[in-house]
Amino acid sequence: MATNTQIPVADRRAPVIEPGHTFSTIGEKISNIVLRRPISLGWIFGFLVAFSLMNMLLFALGYLFLKGTGIWGINIPVGWGFAIINFVWWIGIGHAGTLISAILCLLRQTWRNSINRFAEAMTLFAVACAGVFPLVHTGRPWLAYWMFPYPNTMNYWPNFRSPLIWDVFAVSTYFTISLVFWFVGLIPDFATMRDRAEHPLTRGIYGIFAMGWRGSARHWHRYETAYLLLAGLATPLVLSVHTVVSFDFSIGIVPGWHTTIFPPYFVAGAIYSGFAMVLCLAIPIRSIYGLEDFITMRHLENAGKVMLATGLIVAYGYGIEAFMGWYSGNKFDSFLMWNRLHGPYAFWYWSLLISNILAPQLLWLKKIRTSTFWLWVLSLIVLVGMWLERFIIIVVSLHRDFLNSSWGMYYPTKWDWMTYIGTIGMFLTAIWLFVRILPMLSISELRTLLPEAQVREGAEVK
Amino acid sequence: MNDSRIYGLMAEFDSAQELVDAAHKTHAAGYEKIDAYSPFPVEGLADAIGFHKNRVPFVVLIGGIIGGLSGYLLQYYVAAITYPVNIGGRPLHSWPSFIIVTFEMTILFAGLSAVFGMLALNGLPMPYHPVFNVAEFAKASENKFFLIVFSSDPQYDAARTRQFLQSLAPRMISEVPR
Repeated sequence: MATNTQIPVADRRAPVIEPGHTFSTIGEKISNIVLRRPISLGWIFGFLVAFSLMNMLLFALGYLFLKGTGIWGINIPVGWGFAIINFVWWIGIGHAGTLISAILCLLRQTWRNSINRFAEAMTLFAVACAGVFPLVHTGRPWLAYWMFPYPNTMNYWPNFRSPLIWDVFAVSTYFTISLVFWFVGLIPDFATMRDRAEHPLTRGIYGIFAMGWRGSARHWHRYETAYLLLAGLATPLVLSVHTVVSFDFSIGIVPGWHTTIFPPYFVAGAIYSGFAMVLCLAIPIRSIYGLEDFITMRHLENAGKVMLATGLIVAYGYGIEAFMGWYSGNKFDSFLMWNRLHGPYAFWYWSLLISNILAPQLLWLKKIRTSTFWLWVLSLIVLVGMWLERFIIIVVSLHRDFLNSSWGMYYPTKWDWMTYIGTIGMFLTAIWLFVRILPMLSISELRTLLPEAQVREGAEVK
Repeated sequence: MNDSRIYGLMAEFDSAQELVDAAHKTHAAGYEKIDAYSPFPVEGLADAIGFHKNRVPFVVLIGGIIGGLSGYLLQYYVAAITYPVNIGGRPLHSWPSFIIVTFEMTILFAGLSAVFGMLALNGLPMPYHPVFNVAEFAKASENKFFLIVFSSDPQYDAARTRQFLQSLAPRMISEVPR
């Protein structure tokens, strides 16, 4: 207990970890959720709902493979529709996980340690859901490997000047790096699970993934270096991914797409919706699994603050879009703004402004930021708002472009909705399995937060 | 005189502080082949056992360079040599559009080298290891801290090393069978 002095005195904020925990209670509490806790009826019910929705996705995709993309509402002029809206929405949600695990790690924000594992899992599942859409949107998903450069008998190569190919590289790199980052973080915890498991089979399975981790000082040293470097690599990566996604739009000449504000505005929007998803999941999970000691009000409040900050950047982006519509003097750009505000989709544009700009202003109030109920409601509103943002960007820009003769309307069909809601089911199924199979908080990183983990450097030798 | 069936002598401690202090003393006493085990990364422990040669950053650097170069060269080869497409007479070697894939490949290779380099340098996966033969070692992933002197250390002597470890006031000392 010699080092309690290092903990900032009179820190009036809620603690990152509730007092009274020891190295073993942390391991016990987190691993018991997986190893000892019986499966509850509530879990089974939730899983069945999520799993049924996922099967709806499989059904919708099966019919799609049979019939082709004609079953969707896409048409000319609106060729992108739900597939790209949902792709951008899901991949944006993934960004919060990497932000929490990488950027906050570099900034030495210790509060990230309790929510990073869980947020990284969310990233992986969200990116997996995102990956479904461009794949099936190609119309011939069984030929999707043509997008990768490899020598082939067709003598064909991908066009590296196209943002769509950049996207292939950005998203697949993002998924791979997120996966290994998550796995590296899990290795020491797999070892804890292995040593705490009672059934030999469970022990064997966790043992395989722990790969014989024994906590050697040499191993920890290399491990920490590798983890820090991965964080350093993932930071520019995550910023690049949504930048490249925004290039898919901004390299085109369509009004409302062809702007330089897109990359920062997309990245901020991604983090905005991602933190909303973190709150949306963390609030129920912490109360169901009794993790209030580790995911404290401090975490929720900080997530609320990040939402407020990124929400303001997004609001600035909307403002600049409107300003440039007027200032550019380009009649197509100013028509786009008029069409957003008064056109056939105006109701959705106003809903977007209310849910993304107006509603989150409540987060200025500490009372709202520290109320789980309001945070949860606001997170849902923001998730819907960010989905609407992508709808507006894609549909409103495309449906009335330069020539009146090529104007049209876009209406999603039931297959669009089934695919979209189905990916939510796929996401929830993965989350449901994750909380029962893996330690959902990082045991070893939480242990380093305890005062007992601090060591005075070689005091007794010198 | 060293028993070849013995892998080393292991001392168990209750706290990270005790382990770091003990590791410092053991290293200062001239033991070279030692290791320490903890349930979480302990700051300064690698220093205490005299481990300074960390080659992970070098591996990552090499991985990143290879990734970046191969990413760029691939695009150059495709766009300028093997599949040239003349679009309005624009240059085939249009390097600004190659930057993003080059960047992504750099990150991908560097990240994978960080993971696989770390595992390879650590000698993982290694599911069986003599330290697991000690029953108490299961607590090494929970709340106990261990220090081991390997029997391959030139200074190792079953009796004298045990006596030395005893002087560090551990909770207990156990022989690690091979």
